[in-house]
Amino acid sequence: MRTGAKLLVVALAIAVAGVLIGLYGWKLTYANGSPAYTLPVTMVKGHPVVDLKIQTVAAIGPTLSTNPDWVSYLVKTTRGWKRETVWNLPANATIHVTDYNFDGNSGLRNPLFGRMLGVYAGGQRNTVLLDGKPVSDIDPSTASHVFAVTGLGIVVAFQGIPDNATNQCGNAPCPMSTTHTTTQFTFHTTTPGHYRWQCFVPCAAGWIDGWGGPMQTIGYMDGFLNVA
Amino acid sequence: MAIARRLVGFNLLTAIVLGVAGWYAGWFGAHGLGTSGSLDWIPKVDYNELSVFMAYIGGVVGFLVGLGFLNYPFARLRGYPPSLREKETGGWTRYFSLCTDHKVVGIQYLWGIGLFFFIGGLNAMLIRVELLRPTHQVFPAGTYLTIVGVHGTMMMGMMSSALLGPFANYFVPILIGARRMAFPRIEALTFWLLMAAGTILTTTVFFGGFPTGWTGYPPLQTQANAGMDCYILFFALVGISMTLLGLNMLVTILTMRAPGLTWSRLPIFVWGVLTTAALMVLAAPVLVATLGMGAFDRAIQTTFFVPGGGGSNYLYENLFWIFGHPEVYILALPGFGIVLELLPVFSRKPLWGYRLAVAGLLGVTLLSWMVWQHHLFVSGINGDLRPFYMLSTELISIPTGFTFICGLMTIWRGNIRFTVPMLFCLAWFFNFLIGGLSGVFLSDVPSDVTTHGSFFSMAHFHYTIMGGLIFTFFAAIYYWVPKMTGFELNERLGKIHFWAMFILFNSTFAPLFAAGFLGQARRTVTYPLNLQGINVWVSVSAFLLGISMLVFLYNLVWSLAFKKVPAAANPWGSRSIEFQLPSPIPVHNFDRIPTFTSDPYGYGEGPVPSYLPAGAPAGRD
Amino acid sequence: MAKHGHGRRFLILWVGASVIATPLVAIFVGPLLPPGNASVQAQEQVFDNTWMTSICTPIFLFVVMFVVYALINFRAPRGEALVDGPPLRHDSDIQTVWMAVTATIVIFLAGFGSYELLQNGAGGGQGPSPVAIPAGHKLDVQVIGQQWEFTYRYPGFGGFETHELVLPADTYIALHVTSLDVVHSFWAYELGVKADANPGVDNVAYVRTNGTTLFHVHCAELCGLWHGYMFSEGRVVSQAKFRAWAQQQQKLYQPIAKYLPAFSKTYLPDPQVRGG
Repeated sequence: MRTGAKLLVVALAIAVAGVLIGLYGWKLTYANGSPAYTLPVTMVKGHPVVDLKIQTVAAIGPTLSTNPDWVSYLVKTTRGWKRETVWNLPANATIHVTDYNFDGNSGLRNPLFGRMLGVYAGGQRNTVLLDGKPVSDIDPSTASHVFAVTGLGIVVAFQGIPDNATNQCGNAPCPMSTTHTTTQFTFHTTTPGHYRWQCFVPCAAGWIDGWGGPMQTIGYMDGFLNVA
Repeated sequence: MAIARRLVGFNLLTAIVLGVAGWYAGWFGAHGLGTSGSLDWIPKVDYNELSVFMAYIGGVVGFLVGLGFLNYPFARLRGYPPSLREKETGGWTRYFSLCTDHKVVGIQYLWGIGLFFFIGGLNAMLIRVELLRPTHQVFPAGTYLTIVGVHGTMMMGMMSSALLGPFANYFVPILIGARRMAFPRIEALTFWLLMAAGTILTTTVFFGGFPTGWTGYPPLQTQANAGMDCYILFFALVGISMTLLGLNMLVTILTMRAPGLTWSRLPIFVWGVLTTAALMVLAAPVLVATLGMGAFDRAIQTTFFVPGGGGSNYLYENLFWIFGHPEVYILALPGFGIVLELLPVFSRKPLWGYRLAVAGLLGVTLLSWMVWQHHLFVSGINGDLRPFYMLSTELISIPTGFTFICGLMTIWRGNIRFTVPMLFCLAWFFNFLIGGLSGVFLSDVPSDVTTHGSFFSMAHFHYTIMGGLIFTFFAAIYYWVPKMTGFELNERLGKIHFWAMFILFNSTFAPLFAAGFLGQARRTVTYPLNLQGINVWVSVSAFLLGISMLVFLYNLVWSLAFKKVPAAANPWGSRSIEFQLPSPIPVHNFDRIPTFTSDPYGYGEGPVPSYLPAGAPAGRD
Repeated sequence: MAKHGHGRRFLILWVGASVIATPLVAIFVGPLLPPGNASVQAQEQVFDNTWMTSICTPIFLFVVMFVVYALINFRAPRGEALVDGPPLRHDSDIQTVWMAVTATIVIFLAGFGSYELLQNGAGGGQGPSPVAIPAGHKLDVQVIGQQWEFTYRYPGFGGFETHELVLPADTYIALHVTSLDVVHSFWAYELGVKADANPGVDNVAYVRTNGTTLFHVHCAELCGLWHGYMFSEGRVVSQAKFRAWAQQQQKLYQPIAKYLPAFSKTYLPDPQVRGG
């Protein structure tokens, strides 16, 4: 083989290697992730306030995911309900959270997480409003999902809809007309940082201990609060 | 048209085509099984694990059929006479097909393992990118675990055959005076199995990766997504490849030594191969069986390793490390053999303490079966066991020390030449010393309570495996490639590669001892803020280390494909038999089977013995 | 040089360097070695680390100085034809001494490590039937690992469970480490404690706290997505503060107390969900 041809082969090999490495790196950066959504901030008396509305559903459906039967969180964005679990929040702000839970109960593996922590509602600490009534805990066997931010000391358990409820939601996003429970609470952000959040109910049906699949994938039952 | 004719046939291209076809056949076949109502013990959730396993198994079967591995068994079944040769002559296409020439298999191994070494190394670079900052995420959290897992798994699986694959395959028959290995087709099979395995592991990213790291502990293994199956299959195929490779080496060395080659004249490198092969044959099947149980747990709901169903994760941990500890000696022993083989050549003195060196290799081999629970000191094993395993682990330093004294006394009062292979061997002393001494810390249980699972233990095994095995891997490459190809490698580039690698390797891994001692855990994506300085230093060193590998690659391609300076038959002045033959070595190795009258270390004791005295028998084929 | 001249010269150099370096290492480097003195077990680990570093110093110096000495003094002169060296193949004295010395050092280290280990377990998890049990009263604290947070139960205080770990100073603690799902590992760095959390197993580790301090807890066994984020801070506080804290936690978790399972050394709660 002549030198020119050999150089061409080497150059081609380098180019192919470069493309493959780039594809690998790109795939890794976007695999198992979730785009970040910046929540709109309103200023009340010079203090930032955020209204965070989320849904927790039993089956995400084929339009929003390649795993249609996975449980998931959704967030209300300016573009409608989206399956994005990384949320950008301002520091030193007040965050009002409303969760609409359309899923039945799975029960908590560790009942401790049925006790609300780090949030307040109705003027009381470690309390949430469940369908309008202030509660400091729920029966752990009726828990459907949990929103826990360990770095901020937040634990909130969402109660599930009864098994025999009529008009249950099928695939997400779920319309408000279907059966759901509503949980409302407020918390404050202080120091900027990268705070991870997760669900503590073993709600991933089909995986051992109920903790595989959506329970271990950002974009479903796990995410980040980017406080900046 | 002529090119098309050359492409058709049993070769890599056909293998890839049939492999892909087999993959789809397995996938859809198992999907059909899984969705049928009567087999409701197979989960229908997402990836039916059975589909993933059957798909990849179908792919591997198709791959092997395409290469032609079933041709000979079928020919024999149909009554054709036995034959040993497949495609041993013919140009560059031999390297992309089933070839029974052990020298071709050796070169295939060198490039194949090299390719996957670079893929594993790329993942290491990505790990260091992530660890530049303590809290910020470059890769999503789940992906980082996959990168860590692929790096470790790829390296452990591929590098187990790093020295035996290329160099034992190529040189053991020559060193013992044989024309071939005992099982030439199986030899080729071990290579292609490894290539299939490596490909499977790189596709794990398309199935969600795996979160367990290279040790694959259940119940996390049972809980993980479909990507975990790629890990299981990778190691199963690697285990089968290792078992067969070890078997081949054992039988060849035990039964095919030429006349006069008694055990006390065997080159020390061959002793290293022999002991490694014994470990491979006995340890690798344990891995395959263990992963088989893991696969059953995942696919068909058995509970070998799941406590909820009556199993135990301790069963896996013990079985894995019964394989895992001999595995690390599979990685280390060939390195000992290379160092002791090369030091006499470049010191111009015999190997000092030959019997002591052999005793060291045998001692390490035997003791490596009795130390595995030192990986489990804080797992909750019975407290009575810990002093015993501490003792056995400390004891293994004794035979390791024999290798040191033999090497040290070999260079003492010699005439030392600083060639590139010699530099890599000398670096081994420094690296393996640090690796071994840090092992002393880890074997002390109180100290291990803090250092287990931290970057300290990570630095320890990188010093022994990378500082030991990989440095000797490069020593062997610079030493033997001129013989294998007939062309020289550029010495100046080799020295640049060596110094860059030695300095940057130590700069990368030495600070990690401190990081581990200061509390940084392994495989975690966050670490305390005060350790960022160390991590940034380590990451930058690692990137530069990666670049030094490119210097080597450049040397390899430039010297072998472009510059092509013909190498002398004996560039190093070695007394060993392979350097008394022309470069490259002819297909049939020897015109006549040689006769051995001494070991190859007689420096200062007279002229090189003639291995081929007149009238020697032609010998069996 | 005479036949043993080089050997004698090297030994003098090596012994000299070791005699200077080893005490320096033992006195100045030793106390800096981790993990510190927040607990008796941590102090024992520092002690072990100091001894081992001191013993490794002459060994390290031997090999490195030997190689450097050899490379300087026995270098082949450039440009000359290849000349063979003396055909030395063995020396029974050197071989015997080497084997004896290495064996002695190694067996000493094994015995040395066992001493502390068998006193109180050195902070490592010993499984459900520990053999090295320190004497005296021990406060039981259960560490429950789950994906992905450690929670803690105090059986001596009504079995309340909490998210944060607080321990009294100057007290012997028996940590009972277990898991609810996969394998985790409880690592309290400053306290020098590490014990794997296995599902269905009670892994016991003993630690005796010293003064008040903050310590870092990190999971040390890969347990899934958030393994790298499974960390928190624990506190060792005065005994009075600890009792006050325990009472305050009991009140805080009062609403959920009736739902907690009875205190037990292991838990295998439902669901062991498998099929789709």
